Amino acid sequence: MKADPSGVLTGIHFMDGDHACCEGALAAGSRFAAGYPITPSTEVVERFAARVPTVGGAFIQMEDELAASIALQGGVWAGAKAFTVTSGPGFSLMMEHIGYAAMTETPCVFVDVQRGGPSTGLPTLPAQADMMQAKWGSHGDYEIIALCPNSPQECFDLTIKAFNLAEEYRVPVMFMMDECVGHMTEKVVIPPADEIEVVPRKHTHKSVEDYLPYATNGDLVPEMAHAGDGYNFHVTGLTHDERGYPNMTLPIQDQLVRRLQNKILNAVDRITMTEEEQIDGADVVVVSYGITSRVAQRAIEAARKQGLRVGKLRLITAWPFPEKKIKEIAAKIKAFVVPELNLGQMVREVERAAGGKAKTFAVSHAGGGVHNPEDILKVIVEASR
Amino acid sequence: MTDLNNDLLNIDPANDDPANDDACNDVACNNNEDVVNPVERFLRGDRIPHIWCPGCGIGTTVNSFARALIDSKIDLGSLALVSGIGCTGRVAGYVKLDSFHTTHGRAIPFATGLKLANPKLNVVVYSGDGDLSAIGGNHLIHAARRNIDLKVICVNNLIYAMTGGQTAPTTPDHSTTSTNPYGVFEPSFNLPHLVEAAGAVYVARWTTFHVRQISRSISEAFKKKGFSFIEIISPCPTLYQRRNKMGDGLEAMKYYKEKSKVRNGAPTSEVGMTMTGEIIVGKFVDRERPDYQTMMRAQYAESLGDRYVDQPSIQEEPVCS
Repeated sequence: MKADPSGVLTGIHFMDGDHACCEGALAAGSRFAAGYPITPSTEVVERFAARVPTVGGAFIQMEDELAASIALQGGVWAGAKAFTVTSGPGFSLMMEHIGYAAMTETPCVFVDVQRGGPSTGLPTLPAQADMMQAKWGSHGDYEIIALCPNSPQECFDLTIKAFNLAEEYRVPVMFMMDECVGHMTEKVVIPPADEIEVVPRKHTHKSVEDYLPYATNGDLVPEMAHAGDGYNFHVTGLTHDERGYPNMTLPIQDQLVRRLQNKILNAVDRITMTEEEQIDGADVVVVSYGITSRVAQRAIEAARKQGLRVGKLRLITAWPFPEKKIKEIAAKIKAFVVPELNLGQMVREVERAAGGKAKTFAVSHAGGGVHNPEDILKVIVEASR
Repeated sequence: MTDLNNDLLNIDPANDDPANDDACNDVACNNNEDVVNPVERFLRGDRIPHIWCPGCGIGTTVNSFARALIDSKIDLGSLALVSGIGCTGRVAGYVKLDSFHTTHGRAIPFATGLKLANPKLNVVVYSGDGDLSAIGGNHLIHAARRNIDLKVICVNNLIYAMTGGQTAPTTPDHSTTSTNPYGVFEPSFNLPHLVEAAGAVYVARWTTFHVRQISRSISEAFKKKGFSFIEIISPCPTLYQRRNKMGDGLEAMKYYKEKSKVRNGAPTSEVGMTMTGEIIVGKFVDRERPDYQTMMRAQYAESLGDRYVDQPSIQEEPVCS
């Protein structure tokens, strides 16, 4: 379906990534957010708080991130499309409810504008060090989707995508921004509402008698009902059967947890978004995401000027990890170069997926700034030998 | 009928309204086997037997809650119930309502999201003392401060029961728990005092001996707009009473009967509990204060004028009949 025009600020704007993310959420149809202030993410909800009463919705600033990350899920079960916004320390506090959203299959979006860590770290400066936490932060086995925008325009476009993926797969989607992308101001084009595709809630049309809240068919994604619809359904974070009732037997645990994984893993090819450039014939492929992809671009171009054959693979979807693509490329190249604003997170995934077919070079950075393109270039040169 | 049953029917004559006796006379005391239990339709029959121990008071509170649903004639279609984690947290799984068993301590913020995103819902939070006042304590006071329109039923069994009898913020001084094997020495929370200070508009306390008073308080809370808090002192024979040599569920009923004093309107600062002393029960607070969403709408309307767009009801009509 098309976006509700009331939330779409059609036009050409000069806007930072945080604000563009908020506009993306409104365009996607989100009318409820719960937040807790934390630098460098707060501008997203500040704008939402100002905008949402003019389009029919609510924002609440909760008492902490634990509250914000579960209040938004209450909003979802009441029928809203909802999100919360945070940065590293708050993201740590939200882990419990990322697990709850995964287990209860609550479609929602967690925006993490990454800053330097660990702990309070560098509140106003960038990092990309929450990438593993986004995937593995809550306990138990589950899959999430994570997207990495590299510009304010993508903060708008991909926030809509994040909401759409959340609805399609009934999964929490991590929107992995970073301080640079969040605070960078660039041109943002917001198209007319009728050019914005929005995925509606997968609401059941079954009768009360026929409705099983966690029964699925081929796509492994159950149909949803909302509080007040008359279904008298039950939702629990305990292991549950198709009725939604607690059932802690081994077969039910196995069936449920595998389904939660497989509904995402079976759809990796449909979920994965990458940007590729000159990979055919390349000796070295630079794998990057978020703000680092823009720094890497300069290093790639400098390397090409030196006559090196360098390809680019930008991960727009970080999770589920595009393992198959890395494997295919690994068979044809000498090495991957993986710059990221952490001491080595996604590079491990690249190395694992490459399976020894190509070498993997990390270009690590502890965060607080972006790479010097020279540093990436040096590693590209080394990897090309 | 035992003496105790007679006692149960004749408690607090001073505080008892004969008009409210119907439910009990119709059913609990009726020997006609054809009569269907009137609370059965509120329960998920396919989830029985429940997990609660013999003598536990939580089932009693659910019975009183169901009777309040009958008495208050509240629209069940718009009613949602949210629990946290613990013995009382399992209530959500047994009631035939839209029901949410959330994470430990977070029933109130989840319920806040439900209520804010669809203001037409009536939202009940049904959870235990540890869940609501320890791990969820911050949410409890902030929801009361904001006066979110939630009906909070707090079953206080004075201990962490699900995990095996550890000290709760409500465990009375000098009692023994698995984590205070030499006796509890930290002061306990007086929950009515706490939530009144934080801003609740309706605060009552009963014990599971006061089955009809519980129903009445819940019905009254349904009529209030704002943060309502009903504390129900409830026995845990398995973990609290056994360890403290306080007998079984029946002994607890006798204790509640003998030591409960109805003091409606009592200053909440005076209703703190001790291990074996008096239990002050009654309706302590019933006041008016605009709720969060009323204040929100007024503020937006004042500041934004014509630009303010009220929240549409997400589901005007039920999807199914």
